[in-house]
Amino acid sequence: MTFPMKHLAMVAVFACACTAFAQQAAPAKPAATMAAGVLNGQTVRIAFMDPLSGSFASVGQNLLKSWQFAAERLSGAKNPAGVKFEVVGFDNKGSPQESLNTLKAAIDQGFRYVTQGNGSGAAAAILNAVAKHNERNPGKEVIYLNYSAVDPALTNEKCDYWHFRLDADTTMKMEALTSFMKDQPKVKSVYLLNQNYAHGHQVAKYFKEGMARKRPDVKIAGEDLHPLGQVKDFAPYVAKIKQSGADTIVTGNWGADLTLFVKALNDAGLKLPMYTYYASATGTPTALAASGGSEVYIVSYSHANHTGEIGQMRADYKKRFNDDYISYSNYNGIQLLGAAMAKAKSTDPVQVAKALEGLSVKSFAGDITMRASDHQLQMSMFISKWQKVDGKNPYSLENTGYTFAPIKQMDAYVASTPTSCQMKRPS
Amino acid sequence: MEFFAISLLNGLSYGLLLFMLSSGLTLIFSMMGVLNFAHASFYMLGAYFAFSVGQWLGYWPALLVAPLLVGLFGAGFEKYCLRRVHKFGHVPELLITFGLSFIILEMVQLVWGAGSMDYRVPAGLDGPLFTLYGTQFPAYRGFMMAVAVLMLIAIWLLLTRTRIGLVIQAALTHPETVEALGHNVPRVFMLVFGGGAALAGLAGVVGGNAFVTEPGMAATVGSVIFVVVVVGGMGSLSGAFVASLLIGIIQTFAVGIDSSLLGAAGMAGLHITPDTFGYSLCKLKISQIAPILPYLFLVLMLIFRPRGLLGTREG
Repeated sequence: MTFPMKHLAMVAVFACACTAFAQQAAPAKPAATMAAGVLNGQTVRIAFMDPLSGSFASVGQNLLKSWQFAAERLSGAKNPAGVKFEVVGFDNKGSPQESLNTLKAAIDQGFRYVTQGNGSGAAAAILNAVAKHNERNPGKEVIYLNYSAVDPALTNEKCDYWHFRLDADTTMKMEALTSFMKDQPKVKSVYLLNQNYAHGHQVAKYFKEGMARKRPDVKIAGEDLHPLGQVKDFAPYVAKIKQSGADTIVTGNWGADLTLFVKALNDAGLKLPMYTYYASATGTPTALAASGGSEVYIVSYSHANHTGEIGQMRADYKKRFNDDYISYSNYNGIQLLGAAMAKAKSTDPVQVAKALEGLSVKSFAGDITMRASDHQLQMSMFISKWQKVDGKNPYSLENTGYTFAPIKQMDAYVASTPTSCQMKRPS
Repeated sequence: MEFFAISLLNGLSYGLLLFMLSSGLTLIFSMMGVLNFAHASFYMLGAYFAFSVGQWLGYWPALLVAPLLVGLFGAGFEKYCLRRVHKFGHVPELLITFGLSFIILEMVQLVWGAGSMDYRVPAGLDGPLFTLYGTQFPAYRGFMMAVAVLMLIAIWLLLTRTRIGLVIQAALTHPETVEALGHNVPRVFMLVFGGGAALAGLAGVVGGNAFVTEPGMAATVGSVIFVVVVVGGMGSLSGAFVASLLIGIIQTFAVGIDSSLLGAAGMAGLHITPDTFGYSLCKLKISQIAPILPYLFLVLMLIFRPRGLLGTREG
């Protein structure tokens, strides 16, 4: 019994010594490097927590790689603060409960920046836990960057000072989408199919609200909610959609839930225009390509064919991982962090959070602004459409020969929605 | 009528798919008494093997080769791992298959990556088989149904009409006697386990391209095949068949029903408002709970008829 104990103690002492050494070594670095930026050589570690196993692992793994890729590309001289970004993945299995554990683990390991995006349930749990932690542990504050959980509540009634949202929330996406759909005369009868959780409910709710305002003549032919990641066979839903006589489908589904739905539509030969959030993500383009030229639209703050730095990053990402760089919110997030750290001349979350409020930076589609009143990023929105690649839109998604081509860009103010957030700022 | 016919067809084909998935599990359980937790992992392996073999040889050879590979893997696992823990009873057997499922999952992610594979339906089976009321019935679904029915007939004939089937059945209840008669009982068990794994592999070959071939695919079918086996009766092949069809059809029709307790209360003259206690439960539509109905059956079956629909033994 004594030997293992001794062994354990030695390991612990050794580990402590190592961290102490690492902490001492880190500040010594700035003097050695001579690049632009006020915080040269400091390292900012970001804890990424999303499902890295299970049904939605493929999306989670892609996004983790994207964050790490963006961190690598925007480190050092590439950001105004001159800091080095490092992203480490934690598997929260998509569950709010697990997220609390991974958050605790990340905080214990000294992470001061946390990012998460898949699932508004987990997002709300992290938002609350971060708020509590920051209140109880002054001097050890943590910033939570929400890169794609789109529940409007997170920047309205549940809003928190330490939470910053990098994606457009559902009200903004639906504002943009309904603004586009109101000009489509053939949209007359819409079927809503969504996952049965906060996100799916809101897609349905805000779509109906927006349409009632802009095109009261459009009727809702039917509406369905199915459990998240449980349905294997969507054929019954397709039969129901056909039965309802709808001429358009709107869905907020993602991951396997969207891929399987698209497959079932193809199988039944039901070709209806479909308006989606996430049809460009893992697996779905492959399923769409199998049916050829379906009419599919995406509403997002980006599209597949940006040029410039982000286009180059997309190409390099493809070369390195043989996978598509599907989300650019990590790019925006790291850009904002770099600018805020330069402005605050510090990597301390308290200073950085203050600097982030109202901060504007130039991004791949014009300026983006972190609205101070609710910490919702304001940015321009795109509607893109599924089509074969051409000279103007050359990026082939998942090597299918198809792409999502932008057909309409809307300025940030078009999709901007009011907030009811009563932000409590630390005194 | 139109909706009814199409839903019935969808339900039947989904039910047959469930049977295809669970037949191997039932076979192993009824013949060896081992509840194989890695069954869904064999299904996943079948899909991945078929994808890789298919790229090299094409789909049809893969339909034969992939289940064989999975079967060999299963037989090897039985011979070198499962057999060693057999003498310690059923719990260690269950645990070792549970461990295997995790190993397979991680190995698949290491070899093929975490993304989904572009595993497509062969060109010959792509497209509709026939059109019913303007809705296409995909040829591949027809193929899946045919494979499931063939599986049922083949297993049934093998077990009841052949000499090896008799030996297998006898080895289950009277292993010493069978051994005394000169049969190699451990080898019989190895064959059964390999055969069950091959059936799961075949289901993977056929199901992998109909749905999505990705590391999460084992987890999504894992739970529902246990439901089929429990509802059908532990170890009863015909029970599994009846249970699969029943679950498939009920679940499919439930999706089409939009009524809720709220509507029923309205007809009875009760007015339930959002402020009423339990409103969120009352407004649930049957279509919303359709995908969890199988699990409800599982619980009810275990309470009221623990041996299942056609099971012969308790538990």
